[in-house]
Amino acid sequence: MTSNPLRKLIFDEKIRSVWIQALVIGLFAFLVYTVSQTTAYNLEKRGIGTGFEFLHMSAGYDISFSLIDFTSKDTHLKAYFVGVLNTLLVSISGIFLATILGFLVGVIRLSSNWLFRNIAYVYVEFTRNVPVLLQIILWYSILIHLPKVKQAVQFLEFFYLTNRGLYSPSPIFLQGFGFVLWSFIFALVFTFFLKRYLKKKQETTGKQYPIFYINSAIIIFTPILMFYIMGMPIEFSHPVIKGFNFQGGMVLRPEFMGMLLGLSIYTAAFISETVRSGIMAVSKGQREASQALGLKNNFIMRLIIIPQALRVIIPPLTSQYLNLTKKLIIRNSNRLFRFSSWLWWYFFKSNW
Amino acid sequence: MTKIKSLFMALILSLGVSSAFADGHGSTLDVVKERGFLKCGSNTGLAGFGLPNDAGVWEGIDVDVCRAVAAAVFGDASKVEYVPTTSKVRFTVLQSGEVDMLSRNTTWTLQRDVELGLEFVGVNYYDGQGFMVPASLGVSSATELDGASVCIQVGTTTEMNLADFFSANGMSYEAVPVETNSEADAAYTAGRCDVYTTDASGLYASRAGYPDPSAHVVLPEIVSKEPLGPSVRHGDSAWADIVRWSLNAMIIGEEKGITSANVDEMKNSNDPEVLRLLGVNQVGDTGAGYGQWLNLSDDWAYNILQQVGNYSESFERHIGPNTPINIQRGLNALYKDGGILYAPPFR
Amino acid sequence: MSSAVINNPLLRSKTGIWLKKNLFSSWLNTFITLVSIYFIWQVGSFFLSWAIFDADFLVNFRGEVILDRTYCSKNIEPGLHGACWAIIDARFYQFMYGFYPAEEVWRVNLTFLLLPLALIGIFFDKLPYRKFFIYFTFIFPFIAYYLLYGGPTLSQVGTNKWGGLLVTLFLGVTGIGLAFPLSILLALGRRSQMPIISSMCVIFIEFIRGVPLITLLFTANVMLPLFLPDGISPDNLLRALVAVTLFQSAYMAEAIRGGLQAIPRGQVEAARSMGLTYWQSTRKIILPQALRISIPPIVNTSIGLFKDTSLVLIIGLFDLLGIGRAALADMSWIKLYYEVYVFVSLVFFIFCFAMSRYSLYLEKKLKTDNSQ
Repeated sequence: MTSNPLRKLIFDEKIRSVWIQALVIGLFAFLVYTVSQTTAYNLEKRGIGTGFEFLHMSAGYDISFSLIDFTSKDTHLKAYFVGVLNTLLVSISGIFLATILGFLVGVIRLSSNWLFRNIAYVYVEFTRNVPVLLQIILWYSILIHLPKVKQAVQFLEFFYLTNRGLYSPSPIFLQGFGFVLWSFIFALVFTFFLKRYLKKKQETTGKQYPIFYINSAIIIFTPILMFYIMGMPIEFSHPVIKGFNFQGGMVLRPEFMGMLLGLSIYTAAFISETVRSGIMAVSKGQREASQALGLKNNFIMRLIIIPQALRVIIPPLTSQYLNLTKKLIIRNSNRLFRFSSWLWWYFFKSNW
Repeated sequence: MTKIKSLFMALILSLGVSSAFADGHGSTLDVVKERGFLKCGSNTGLAGFGLPNDAGVWEGIDVDVCRAVAAAVFGDASKVEYVPTTSKVRFTVLQSGEVDMLSRNTTWTLQRDVELGLEFVGVNYYDGQGFMVPASLGVSSATELDGASVCIQVGTTTEMNLADFFSANGMSYEAVPVETNSEADAAYTAGRCDVYTTDASGLYASRAGYPDPSAHVVLPEIVSKEPLGPSVRHGDSAWADIVRWSLNAMIIGEEKGITSANVDEMKNSNDPEVLRLLGVNQVGDTGAGYGQWLNLSDDWAYNILQQVGNYSESFERHIGPNTPINIQRGLNALYKDGGILYAPPFR
Repeated sequence: MSSAVINNPLLRSKTGIWLKKNLFSSWLNTFITLVSIYFIWQVGSFFLSWAIFDADFLVNFRGEVILDRTYCSKNIEPGLHGACWAIIDARFYQFMYGFYPAEEVWRVNLTFLLLPLALIGIFFDKLPYRKFFIYFTFIFPFIAYYLLYGGPTLSQVGTNKWGGLLVTLFLGVTGIGLAFPLSILLALGRRSQMPIISSMCVIFIEFIRGVPLITLLFTANVMLPLFLPDGISPDNLLRALVAVTLFQSAYMAEAIRGGLQAIPRGQVEAARSMGLTYWQSTRKIILPQALRISIPPIVNTSIGLFKDTSLVLIIGLFDLLGIGRAALADMSWIKLYYEVYVFVSLVFFIFCFAMSRYSLYLEKKLKTDNSQ
């Protein structure tokens, strides 16, 4: 069989794999070449210019929500950067919210109360089976029907809820606030070593120390002490109605909140399912064994169940986080997220 | 599989066939005639301009231009296929030959006309960007809007006009981005923004849909020129002429008082221009009418006026004072009625 | 416990025991139950009164037939706020078929009717005469193409006339159907011994998975005509289909790869030592087992894709949501957002919920099959 070189070409796996791969590469290169040729021809014929010069031209539009200063005179590159920052901000806060809500709902789904459990079930089924785009639109239309600026709902004294967003005081840091921050970092480092020292002592002497309480106290009280020593170096800018809108303070806009709510409530439904299956995956025997050892209930949860459940939960959790981030740009023309608009700019500068 | 298949198609066809394809294109008129219907790029939905109604039939003054061209070419205004285009894809769709013409409230600008390789053939609606505010706000001029929240459709020239206007007047504003007209209406009526800015026609159209239209005022400032008109691909002037003169025929029809109701009587008119338009009079003594210059039948304009009506009829039918949209003729009246609508002579 | 409580017939009945165990087992539980009941009452009564009790269906509170939004009760009496479902009725045809010609609509209906027949063969393996159903599944795409698009004896209906549920289902079902063979190839390619093949598959899969569907849709919409020679321009729906298929194939490939990895190495080795070639062993031994395991994740990604098809409205296709938006832009129905969005959500929910139930059923079945 191997004597015939032609047969060898087909049946010898090593030789076969070489020519198959060579063929694939050749074909691929040829395709790339022809497609790029056609594309170049088409672009030229239709008078579509390509290139990145536009990045350095001024954008001409304003972005109302930006973490860095941005005006319509700034370049497209900066607008793009604003978009990246905004995307990161929403995705991080969305992940944060979705995780908390998801864990909560996941635990509720395992509650012994039939009614409570099933409310969570209905929530999960309804949110994860409806397109998130629709949910964002629905949330947004609910948010813009909140009270108007003049009838703002005031709560916790300094917060205002309106259909223009949630207004809150914003801190202004005065000179000396740096010391407070430093003292906080110092406390963190100190407690880290303290914990190691006390653990070692516990291992040698067998005496248990309330490490958690000691360290919490240090971390909380050191910066507070420093804060008073420096003479309370902080001020708040309060939102006040001036003209059409509230001025001063910080604001979460409905566009931002609608996006955040829609995405995190949607993602939380998926997270709750992973959490539920993660906890269920820890076998019953584990719980019973720890009970037999005489561990208290919250210790069982903290030391036995959760560490094991987390091993199951974390891999799918990260992919949920990625999904959330990718779903962000579905409301692409919301100027918050300029990725695809950016793509459009590249090809069709004309449209703007 | 689809990817591989399409790439294969690309491969095979690009081997020499592509050039044949490129040059083998007949004139647009021939292509349209051979196909049997006109492909017209329309809006995805703008009341009064281009929108499918409950029965799924497209209606609007932009749509009427497409119908006029179909009437001129086929003698049947219904031979149109509408390709809904978003503001982002409209030019590509035309450039790539997916549609024969574009008639979807598109502003005629230098760049679009020249750099993009489009050819605007006329203006079927003179528009301009305006501002609408609730009357209760007590604002009478756009210069009093410092610090206001403004609802704005993203990805349009209005966005840039807005930025220019506010910075020129040293004012600040909060831009509230919305994607569609209906979303803008929702945000504006809910009070999410104090001001809604878009083309004045759009403002009037939106206002008409509100429960209490008189509670909203359109401010006097018009901050931009927005001549909206149909466009075709650059390079086929014969086709551009057909679209241009189909629109002109509607305007001349109004000027001469020819309506879809009286078009047959007007064939007995004494006005030679009317007779030329309706294909009664011939070019000199050649024995042929004016259709020959456009490669159309001589009754092409007659068909337009009979089936679509003149410009005024189209206007009144879709956006005039008797429609929910309720727009006055204003700039869009004939030159002799105080507007700037003016078609070249038909001779 | 007092004897009165113990002897209470209600508490000793089956329901009583169930109630006590599930709702009132402790003070905390009782409290939670009461709060839950309050919550359900609030939300439920609000929603039901809006959607049903206070809503207009075809006539308003005066008994007039609703012709446009001005007839809706809530637009006549300021105090009323029930839904006005007449918009759905007025546009129901468009929600289902888009702009498909009314005299040809039996073709769409027939396709809708045949679709379940084509699917049950794949979904239920204990079906009697399953073989014939599977044969039908393979013929179905051609029948559907002929019925929907037209051909000999049937007039042609261009895809620009398609819309609503038809487009949503078309993109979902065809996208998933086309992605399936492609994803098998990709999954096998990714696990291939040939470094170039496998790395190309990895790059493809990871690239597609790394970008959002909307980007792919945009790219397909704009770039595909540029990639292809002049004069060939696939229509809008086809472009969306290309994007959807590529997107889905990458996700499905990962699901199938998971299934492939779960097959013990010994299976492959045994098959190869029996003298089967790579393709024989893959087709007869490996794939049937791997696919069985990977069906639940495949169904889950399919649900995701089905929901994501709502994004095509951004490139100007009238899917369910697109039709809804067009209805909202119409002066005669303007401002009935909640009605439209809730209706569209409901349609999506019905399909996705059915799919997720099916995937659950499969998972359970796999578990019991494996434990036997």
